[in-house]
Amino acid sequence: MELNAKIPPGPLKDKWNYYKDHAKLVNPANRKKLEVIVVGTGLAGSSAAASLAEMGYKVKSFCFQDSARRAHSVAAQGGVNAAKNYKNDGDSVYRMFYDTIKGGDFRSREANVYRLAECSLHLIDQAVAQGVPFGREYGGYLNNRSFGGVQVSRTFYSRGQTGQQLLLGAYQALTRQVSAKAISLYTRHEMLDLVVVDGKARGIIVRNLDTGKIERHSAHAVILATGGFGKIYYLSTLAMGCNASAIWRAHKKGALMACPSWTQIHPTSLPQSGEYQSKLTLMSESLRNDGRIWVPLKRDDVRKPNDIPETERDYYLERRYPAFGNLAPRDISSRAAKERIDAGYGIGAQKNAVYLDFSKALKEQGEAKIKEKYGNLFSMYRKITDIDAYKEPMMISPAAHFSMGGLWVDYELMTTIPGLFALGEANFADHGANRLGANSLLQACVDGYFVAPYTVSNYLADEIKTGPVPADSMEFIEAEQKAKELLARLVAIKGDKTADYYHKKLGKLLYDHCGLSRNREGLSFAIAEIKKLRADFYLHLAVPGTPEEMNAELEKAGRVADYLEVAELMCYDALTREESCGAHFREEYQTPEGEALRNDEKFCFVSAWDWRGLDQEPALVPEPLTFENVALTVRSYK
Amino acid sequence: MKIFLKIWRQKDAKSNGKLVDYKMDNVIPHMSFLEMMDTLNEKLVLSGEHPVEFDHDCREGICGQCGVMINGRAHGPLKNTTTCQLHMRSFKDGDTIYIEPFRAEGFPIKRDLKVDRSAFDRIIGAGGFVSVNTGQAPEANSIPITHEIAESAFDSAACIGCGACVATCKNSSAALFTSAKISHLAKLPQGQQEARKRALTMVAQMDAEDFGHCSNTEACEVECPQGISVLNIARMNWEFLKGNVLK
Repeated sequence: MELNAKIPPGPLKDKWNYYKDHAKLVNPANRKKLEVIVVGTGLAGSSAAASLAEMGYKVKSFCFQDSARRAHSVAAQGGVNAAKNYKNDGDSVYRMFYDTIKGGDFRSREANVYRLAECSLHLIDQAVAQGVPFGREYGGYLNNRSFGGVQVSRTFYSRGQTGQQLLLGAYQALTRQVSAKAISLYTRHEMLDLVVVDGKARGIIVRNLDTGKIERHSAHAVILATGGFGKIYYLSTLAMGCNASAIWRAHKKGALMACPSWTQIHPTSLPQSGEYQSKLTLMSESLRNDGRIWVPLKRDDVRKPNDIPETERDYYLERRYPAFGNLAPRDISSRAAKERIDAGYGIGAQKNAVYLDFSKALKEQGEAKIKEKYGNLFSMYRKITDIDAYKEPMMISPAAHFSMGGLWVDYELMTTIPGLFALGEANFADHGANRLGANSLLQACVDGYFVAPYTVSNYLADEIKTGPVPADSMEFIEAEQKAKELLARLVAIKGDKTADYYHKKLGKLLYDHCGLSRNREGLSFAIAEIKKLRADFYLHLAVPGTPEEMNAELEKAGRVADYLEVAELMCYDALTREESCGAHFREEYQTPEGEALRNDEKFCFVSAWDWRGLDQEPALVPEPLTFENVALTVRSYK
Repeated sequence: MKIFLKIWRQKDAKSNGKLVDYKMDNVIPHMSFLEMMDTLNEKLVLSGEHPVEFDHDCREGICGQCGVMINGRAHGPLKNTTTCQLHMRSFKDGDTIYIEPFRAEGFPIKRDLKVDRSAFDRIIGAGGFVSVNTGQAPEANSIPITHEIAESAFDSAACIGCGACVATCKNSSAALFTSAKISHLAKLPQGQQEARKRALTMVAQMDAEDFGHCSNTEACEVECPQGISVLNIARMNWEFLKGNVLK
């Protein structure tokens, strides 16, 4: 199989315009005859569903939450990037493109990344028009702050709730179309399978989570905007319900997965405090604008942080990366924290954390100013830890956060199954091997508001003559039958271990062997262990009740069943990439100073994976990356 | 800690529910309230019982999906705190905790502690938006909005749609929820064009969903995890009156 990314011709800065000028169109009268399914109502899903419905397509929108407004985009705190250059500090579309490509350690497509930077300008306009209350200066103009990995201020924000406010804008646009009857919205519905008819994506099988009823839904195109799967590590910054099931089941129907092991481990999360813990709460990267990260110079220092004098503190990011300091990119900051923690300098009861200290900023700017910038984060920190961060430093620790990997998509965001699109975090596209802060909200919005309306239309233009897609073909009946069989199988095991038991075991394996640093031995070991764990799962899983009722335990079990397969592919992906790049750090490939060592000669490609069944190794289909506009350099933040 | 639980169990919307006793022996003060519930559910699953169904997702206090009555208070004893952000250190060894769903005509119970809050989506759908299609937006800085107004709009927009205001109100009024969206958009120039019509259609939808009227007890503000102010309700009434007079 050869992958064709379908990158438009012409110079980098003209490619998107070229595409828009030449894409096929569907006239307004024909649009209402064409149906589109959108799975997921986060920023990518809501914005795509609303935009397509506004154009006149018939849209069906699905989410597993009880309201579209609750998708996990809601939890993004710090901000959204755009190359507006309102700060007059030298920003431009090209510079944003370059920062993003470099931030991703030169493992993403130039054309995609350039489009992301280009469309960032319109996104801010769109959000402001929807009433998103971004932070403003006193004169009334929009304000910005800085995020990791860049030297300009291009991050727009709504206090520490930017994701919530952007999502509410998209959700409101969605509900407007629901009221106009242009979108049929199905909340509490989980996708169980993709239906492919004659090689094209034609619908989905879903389960109504309130009643257990299985339904078939057909359409002319299917969009998956189902988010990331960092929850596979069990302890992560993600919501409890985040999962890989939709994209994984599409993968098993023929959509290639790309770079699934590239997971961003976020440097500023709250440390684990006990075995019972269900998630790790993120503290926004924006805190690193004013917070300084340090550990004691002395190992196993038991003094309270405020009792440790300035001269006995190691501000290790400022020491190692003086040019970027506390705003070094996430992969580098996380690894630097792990290095200190592993060397015995970690702090807290479990010695698994580092300090994030605001005393200097509090002294310089005053408590009121800090409160206005980060008030909700400080109060969240207090609620969880019972510690007042205005008085003593926060304790933070790295945690699984964002999936750079996902379904492989071409420039049109179409997967290898015609008519199946993947948007937002569900795809592998713009972030390469490491995502820059505040680029995820941006990518989700750009995919949904500005890219999908053109590319999905381009696809649908050839579907005008198809007519209504029946949901009673053999393919639908078979897919429904298989979905029911899996559910029945899970409840029939009647074993003595919960889905969470397996999820926690799997998460620990991945943190240890396919997390912040990886090596050949560990990955091979993990693959063998995952196979064993999966076998055990189907022998000893306990799920009470039946599939024909509301059954949260069964929902969990289905997601864990998929995770047990995704994890194996992640390990293959990490094992076969014999270089270090971005979040993928292979211990065998590092510089003497412990920095990532890329191998551009051998590994300048995207690893796309073709499913060959559980009993066979997946097949690697590389998509070579060509760089015509940037030189591949060693990514230095020193 | 030892904790005694009395949890509302109800098989489905039509069945009768009742409080069921559970005992938890090894509760750790640093556990979150929902992690305590996870621990209980783990026990129930292993004994073949149907675990307690409760809503939750982000566990960071922002998605608005969690929410139960804890000892008669929406989201429990702490101010400005969702159920997921509550920790067991707020309780004492030997405490008995009553856990019930958010109750209101407009929030029918689905199972155990899960309720149907889709009425909130329909209220937003009745006008809680700016009618701007993708692609229509002017340059963002072309409409200056002062810092104070932007911050004030944000205060209203911060609502997470959890429903604690309804659950705590003796009238089961959704006035705080509805008014927060009306105010958020009315405060901004972008929302001005539709402000009057919006107040009328959203209030009409709120009434149609079987929520009660506001009688200004202000209990909603006390229990709101986001601290949404009752002044939003005053603004809603003002916008509603303007809308009616100038219609």
